[in-house]
Amino acid sequence: MVTLVSRAGIWLVLLLLSIMASVAAHDTAFAIQAATVAVACLVGLIFAIRSPDYQRVSRGLAAPTGDASKYDDDVIRWGVIATVFWGVAGFLVGVVIAFQLAYPQINLEPWFNFGRMRPLHTSAVIFAFGGNALIATSFYVVQRTCRARLAFPGLARFVFWGYQLFIVLAATGYLLGVTQAKEYAEPEWYVDLWLTVVWVSYLVVYGGTIMKRSEPHIYVANWFYLSFIITVAMLHLVNNLAVPVSFLGSQSISWFAGVQGALVQWWYGHNAVGFFLTAGFLGMMYYFVPKQAQRPVYSYRLSIIHFWALIFLYIWAGPHHLHYTALPDWAQTLGMVFSVMLWMPSWGGMINGLMTLNGAWDKLRTDPVLRMFVMSLAFYGMSTFEGPMMSVKSVNSLSHYTNWTIGHVHSGALGWNGMVTFGAIYYLTPRLWNRTQLYSLRMVNWHFWTATIGIVFYAASMWVAGITQGLMWREYGADGYLLNSFADVLPAIHPMYVLRGLGGVLYLSGAAFMVINVWKTIAGSPLRAEAPLYNIDQNKANDVPLVAQPAE
Amino acid sequence: MATQEKQPFHWHGAIEKNITLLGVLSLLVVLVGGIVEIAPLFWIDNTIEKVKGVRPYTPLEQAGRDIYVREGCYLCHSQMIRPFRDETERYGHYSLAAESMYDHPFQWGSERTGPDLARVGGKYSDAWHVQHLTAPRSVVPESIMPNYAFLAKNELKKPDIAAEVKALSITGVPYTKDDIAKAKDDLINQANPDADNTDLLKRYPKAQARDFDGNPKKLTEMDALIAYLQVLGTFVDTESAAAQEALAKEKGR
Repeated sequence: MVTLVSRAGIWLVLLLLSIMASVAAHDTAFAIQAATVAVACLVGLIFAIRSPDYQRVSRGLAAPTGDASKYDDDVIRWGVIATVFWGVAGFLVGVVIAFQLAYPQINLEPWFNFGRMRPLHTSAVIFAFGGNALIATSFYVVQRTCRARLAFPGLARFVFWGYQLFIVLAATGYLLGVTQAKEYAEPEWYVDLWLTVVWVSYLVVYGGTIMKRSEPHIYVANWFYLSFIITVAMLHLVNNLAVPVSFLGSQSISWFAGVQGALVQWWYGHNAVGFFLTAGFLGMMYYFVPKQAQRPVYSYRLSIIHFWALIFLYIWAGPHHLHYTALPDWAQTLGMVFSVMLWMPSWGGMINGLMTLNGAWDKLRTDPVLRMFVMSLAFYGMSTFEGPMMSVKSVNSLSHYTNWTIGHVHSGALGWNGMVTFGAIYYLTPRLWNRTQLYSLRMVNWHFWTATIGIVFYAASMWVAGITQGLMWREYGADGYLLNSFADVLPAIHPMYVLRGLGGVLYLSGAAFMVINVWKTIAGSPLRAEAPLYNIDQNKANDVPLVAQPAE
Repeated sequence: MATQEKQPFHWHGAIEKNITLLGVLSLLVVLVGGIVEIAPLFWIDNTIEKVKGVRPYTPLEQAGRDIYVREGCYLCHSQMIRPFRDETERYGHYSLAAESMYDHPFQWGSERTGPDLARVGGKYSDAWHVQHLTAPRSVVPESIMPNYAFLAKNELKKPDIAAEVKALSITGVPYTKDDIAKAKDDLINQANPDADNTDLLKRYPKAQARDFDGNPKKLTEMDALIAYLQVLGTFVDTESAAAQEALAKEKGR
């Protein structure tokens, strides 16, 4: 009873505080954000009052604790649903802004202009879709590989809901124009503080579960997850150092300026890719690929070498975002050299993943989920080759500022992060909801092909657009003057923008197959009546004993 | 068992069995790169070579910069001219580190969906900017920029401008106490053609005081944004012969 009252009391205090902040706010955006927090507190308050079993409380019994003989999977189930939801939302916004670049009339000022929608897209796919996938799978993997229930189950629930609040505040903030103008770190000071609290809780739950493990060794997937959580905490704290203009306003002044600010930002930005989108997702890969292929990880030694090499080298690669800028040359060159070296540990991960299929390659013919994992590793390999190539200064002088960069990012994000996440979702959904099978394997196959073709459209059109831009900007006529004005380049790449949008539509429609499939699986619908993915090789006519025939 | 212990990497077992060791080692390994690359930028002198003319933004320019940030302009426009012939001919002298030393945070950008803006100041008239921001395709038919007509309608609301200038000075921008105290007045007066701006112009050399949006009766977000755009890249004299001599000696390029 005491905990019940104090819990409701905390929610009530938070509710009142957020209402006061909303009323006293110095700008409209902050007022709306505080009101959003107030709504979240109200929901929390209602749940705190309504959810306890008062029959038990009145008899002085404690709330029932979870079944210690089972893994704590509630948060993971929510996480799978959240991943699918935010994924579709993020892809949809991506398609919209892709067409905004082809057809500027689609911009609806002020809230839905490209400049406000673009961070909405990047944050939705990286932090909402990717982040939920990472939190959900890390909680699943850490329990299975440690043979231990989640430590601090209450805190784990806080991590999930706290993270959703972070997403909602960040996303609504962008549309209202709240941003600190750092790519992939746009949320303002108060959202950053909130994320810090959530992230530390995440580390506590995750680390705590490893501490109470029953297995002596920490499995390799957990090395990657752990380094991802620790490094993201470090990057987030340093890059977001800022002085708030007012504690009741949405604006802050970044601690860093100019050159130093640029390198701090890209040290963060590149390692958001390196740790959020690579190390974390490699953790995912190291669990789900061996499980789906039912083969052990190819090489233990390779995983040790490439783990330490990857996390050491990645951090240095930031300056390749600043080639030929006012950043000192020595830093640029250092960034380039380390980026090229990074190729090797990246491929170490790809090789370890792909070679895990040794002896199980035939499964690719019949298992579309495994096919997704393999395609994601293939895209991982391609984009981690393309990245080091683009970080070479002479290549970068052409590719920088162009759509080539956008294409590169998406072959990694759609191909590697997207595909491995889809695979993990297809792996997890029937298991978490106790179903014998996914609703439909054929739909997984459809998802696989629409997504793959979508990525090909995307990457190919952006290569052409990017190289066109790079070449046209530097093109000189015989008279020694620049041949093209800036505006001349835009019509030239317009068809590529349209093709890219179509690629996005394909990728989004693949995700629509996933929504139906996951939905039907969770709902427990009878399996879809469909042709099997392979037929038994049966030749009745020949499947008979040889009987001696009389000679003619 | 004896053969097991001779396996390569058997020592790694110690790290795999101890989460504290694993966590601390990971953190140490990821700290190195940042420390080696970033920390020296704060004390190596020629990171930002001193040049004449760079000054903090006036409150109105800073307010305009806030709008530039709010609307995500940096997502399509860079403010960093690279030292290539085509770029310096198209946009002007390559960008100097000092020119963004008071930009919290930097606005170098990463993409040129639109052209670079590092030296856009003074290249177009105020009226052109108003027209272009209101309806970009009315002046550049090929443009894919969104319309920003609402900027001319929105009154510039900056109740915290003095606090903002103060926060900037905390992070190292050399505003004087006088600048902070007068921030609120400076904000309004710079766009008011009837105001006496001699003091403002003394404290902020090369500042342009006039009505920017063609509507002197109202201080709008358009005023602020154009005040900011018109000052971009104008602080440092890069064109005169003396400047060219000095810039040619710049190291690290």
